[in-house]
Amino acid sequence: MSEATAPSKRPGLAVWLPLGLFAAFLALVFVGLYWPADREVSSAFIGKPLPVFDLPPATDERPGLATPVFKQGKPRLLNVFASWCVPCAVESSQLAALAKQGVEIDGVAIRDRKEDVARFLGQYGNPFARIGKDDLSQVQLAIGSSGVPETFVVDSKGIIRYQHIGDIRPEDVPMIMRKLAEAQ
Amino acid sequence: MSTMIKPKHQRLVLIVLALVALIGAGLLAAIALRNQAAYFYLPSELVAKPPEMGRAVRLGGMVEKGSIRTQPDGVTINFIVKDDKARVPVRFSGITPDLFVEGSGVVAEGRMEGTTFVADNLLAKHDEKYVPREMKNMSTAEAKAVIAETK
Amino acid sequence: MIAELGLAMLWMAAALAVLQLVAGALALRPATAHLAGIVRPVAMLQGVLVACAFAALISLFLSTDLSVKLVAENSHSAKPFIFKLAGTWGNHEGSMLMWVTIMSLAGGFVALIEKRLREETLIATLAGQAFVSLGFYAFLLLASNPFTRLAEPPPEGAGLNPLLQDIGLAFHPPTLYVGYVGLSIAFSFAVGALVTRDVGPAFACAMRPWVLGAWIFLTLGITAGSYWAYYTLGWGGWWFWDPVENASLMPWLAATALLHSCSVLAARNALRTWTVMLGVIAFSMSMVGTFLVRSGILTSVHAFAVDPTRGTFILALLAIYIGGALLLFALRAGTVTEGARFAVVSRESALVFNNVMLCGILGIVLVGTLYPLLTEAMGVKVSVGPPYFNPVSAVFAIPMMLVMTVGPVLRWREDTGGRITWQIAVPALVMAAALLAVELLLAPINLLPALGLAIAPGLAVASLQPLVGRNLRRTPLPIYGMVVGHFGIAVALFGMASEGAFSTERLAAMNPGDSQQVGPFKVTLSAIDPVAGPNWTALQATVAASYAGAEPIVLHPQARTFANPPGNRTESALLTRWNGQLYSVLGEEGEDGRWQMRFWWKPFVPMIWYGGALVALGGLLALLGRVARDVRRLVAIDKIAWRRERQGR
Repeated sequence: MSEATAPSKRPGLAVWLPLGLFAAFLALVFVGLYWPADREVSSAFIGKPLPVFDLPPATDERPGLATPVFKQGKPRLLNVFASWCVPCAVESSQLAALAKQGVEIDGVAIRDRKEDVARFLGQYGNPFARIGKDDLSQVQLAIGSSGVPETFVVDSKGIIRYQHIGDIRPEDVPMIMRKLAEAQ
Repeated sequence: MSTMIKPKHQRLVLIVLALVALIGAGLLAAIALRNQAAYFYLPSELVAKPPEMGRAVRLGGMVEKGSIRTQPDGVTINFIVKDDKARVPVRFSGITPDLFVEGSGVVAEGRMEGTTFVADNLLAKHDEKYVPREMKNMSTAEAKAVIAETK
Repeated sequence: MIAELGLAMLWMAAALAVLQLVAGALALRPATAHLAGIVRPVAMLQGVLVACAFAALISLFLSTDLSVKLVAENSHSAKPFIFKLAGTWGNHEGSMLMWVTIMSLAGGFVALIEKRLREETLIATLAGQAFVSLGFYAFLLLASNPFTRLAEPPPEGAGLNPLLQDIGLAFHPPTLYVGYVGLSIAFSFAVGALVTRDVGPAFACAMRPWVLGAWIFLTLGITAGSYWAYYTLGWGGWWFWDPVENASLMPWLAATALLHSCSVLAARNALRTWTVMLGVIAFSMSMVGTFLVRSGILTSVHAFAVDPTRGTFILALLAIYIGGALLLFALRAGTVTEGARFAVVSRESALVFNNVMLCGILGIVLVGTLYPLLTEAMGVKVSVGPPYFNPVSAVFAIPMMLVMTVGPVLRWREDTGGRITWQIAVPALVMAAALLAVELLLAPINLLPALGLAIAPGLAVASLQPLVGRNLRRTPLPIYGMVVGHFGIAVALFGMASEGAFSTERLAAMNPGDSQQVGPFKVTLSAIDPVAGPNWTALQATVAASYAGAEPIVLHPQARTFANPPGNRTESALLTRWNGQLYSVLGEEGEDGRWQMRFWWKPFVPMIWYGGALVALGGLLALLGRVARDVRRLVAIDKIAWRRERQGR
């Protein structure tokens, strides 16, 4: 095939059409991928103090949870979970790892039963110092949590510094440690 | 040789053919999409601006607590899907997904028949990560609860 | 140790890919043409290295080495062997490594055996292949290293999603990957040919086996995926026009078009630019599909863990590869010389028509899949389903299938309708008779299934016509491949139409002892019992199904509960007869103690998948025929060279 002779024919506009369509596609998915910034509920509660609450214990093994705990001069994690929530079970090993590094974690069990909480903690470990029972999701809504699991970094004065929505992945652990250090 | 396309024109003809098909497909798609795409409704939207009877739409909201009633045939259920402003009665015949429970979020595919939404299909999430994308803008306490339930 | 070795090999392979790209690019300049010699060996070595890295990951999974993060997250020591193996690619990192492995092995194989192409074009192709793999290497090594160690190994792995513990799902994604990656080779060939402006029959012949191979895997992947969705989702449907399904269908459509235009280019040296364009499009569709599935930009009924950052990466790769290739195409398409001409009535024209229609369907599916995204950008939420896809794709599919009946019997270059009157008349008569029978003898059915039932027999008859008047023993394998493939389309079409037209459904709440009539079946629920499997427990129904009064056959639909991680799955039970399938699903227990049961009788529905398998078999026959001929040719060339050498001495 000798193709050395370049044909004199000028390329029509049609050859640019695929590139144009492709650019339109890229623009569309780019918008789709980055526009829905509202997919993640950004917290309006960051920088605000924890609301005052006093929750009864969710399990016999640990005390309940009340606001004064968060003003003891050490940053803490507040983990909103439930025994019926699958991602909560998934993140348990990350919580255990955090607890092992000396982080104090308090839990709020949402709409749960004592026996279920006990079974859940027995199966997946118990990294919590205290666990409050929030049967009506009152505390959950008051701190701006939209689901389970969620984890809040609360500084030594009881101010919310960071909200993590969804389960804590292993890759999130260093970031949470950093947020805790910043909250010192 | 009379039917042979002239050399000069062959590429042109091919390009024109491809363009015609492309534009044809595009137009056809546009018209069909206008008529056939199933729009997503929240209960309050459905009540405020109901779709035409028989048109396939999706309804997403919360299953009201205590509203599920099983009919005598054992496979048809009636329940209420609601948001913070409106309540829509829904009828469904079939096997409900595992995560379909009162007080949880649901997306129902179906159509309006009178004042009842007749669902052909109930969508529940398939894994713990699945939250219907359509719900991400509900931005009410209900939406939060939906996400809490389906998360 | 194995993990570190694997990682090291992966890095070396990536370095070799850089070398392959740089040397390949430089070799195209006259001043540094001597570098051409190293490109082939580098490509082969790269393939071997990355294959070793993948083998290392497999061995880590088989030995459940929990100090490796990927294994700890995705495997479990108690899992059956086959799922440990499948766990290697049942996750993001592993599947990306598998993708690169197949890609580099294929590249190495091209380097090893490809002799027809001009050396320059081959070097450009290999450089293109290295460029494509490099993106994936970067992704693996920088963003998703599969060999990361954990500081503290957990006592036990985190298991595998019970939904994924399914033999079909374990082998389904890799089948599609092979297809996608095969198309990446076609893409590289197209890019190589554009770079050297060397688009001709040799290029088509070199590319065709890869397209064929990829297409066979895609066909198998889609067929198996459709069957998998059919029996696991428990919805009784076999195709949902779901984004995940469309993502696999679009590359198939493009590959089918490419396959046919390739044969025009190889046989007649026509459709040059078009074939190159399709080569780019086919791989684009693979990438677009992967992107749509992995980025989570569209909601799907199929379970997929999604991650927008991964989506961003794939999107970036997509932009670079496809944007670059299309730019190259726009710049070079005008300088690719025109191919041979053909008449309006000719095999070429029929194939062009087929190509245009396939691209039409492709456009329809792509637009329908992306439409929710488009409207969402404008603030309206929609979902697009069968009411759109079915009729609109039929607008293109039906004319295509009609032309399919005559295309194979037309001559190349120029023909007349008069010569093949009989070959047109016979299928046309069969279709007319079938349509008449459907309309007169059966209860009214919808338009599309009725058309399908009419076209399928005509197409089946027409697909056999290329064999008429031939010596069947001396007919080349590719002809058989075409016949079997087209026949398979007819079979699948019949299955689809029959399912659409004749399915009957029965939904009932039953007590043990109750009976229901479903089509010709009388089904009796005998008992509901708890049963246990290796990693699940289940409620199991015992159903006796009797076909038209015959001896009952026992079915066991289950509702399974998995322990680790927790999850539920319905396990439907199927009873297959020659003329259809009985499909049974166990639902929940009602408040009154009755059990929800759902049954379908679907006449001839298995023909959908038999047809798909036949299509793949047709592809295989064609591939074997082509490869056998290439091998014979290579042997003959070697012989001549050897003789010359001897004479020279």
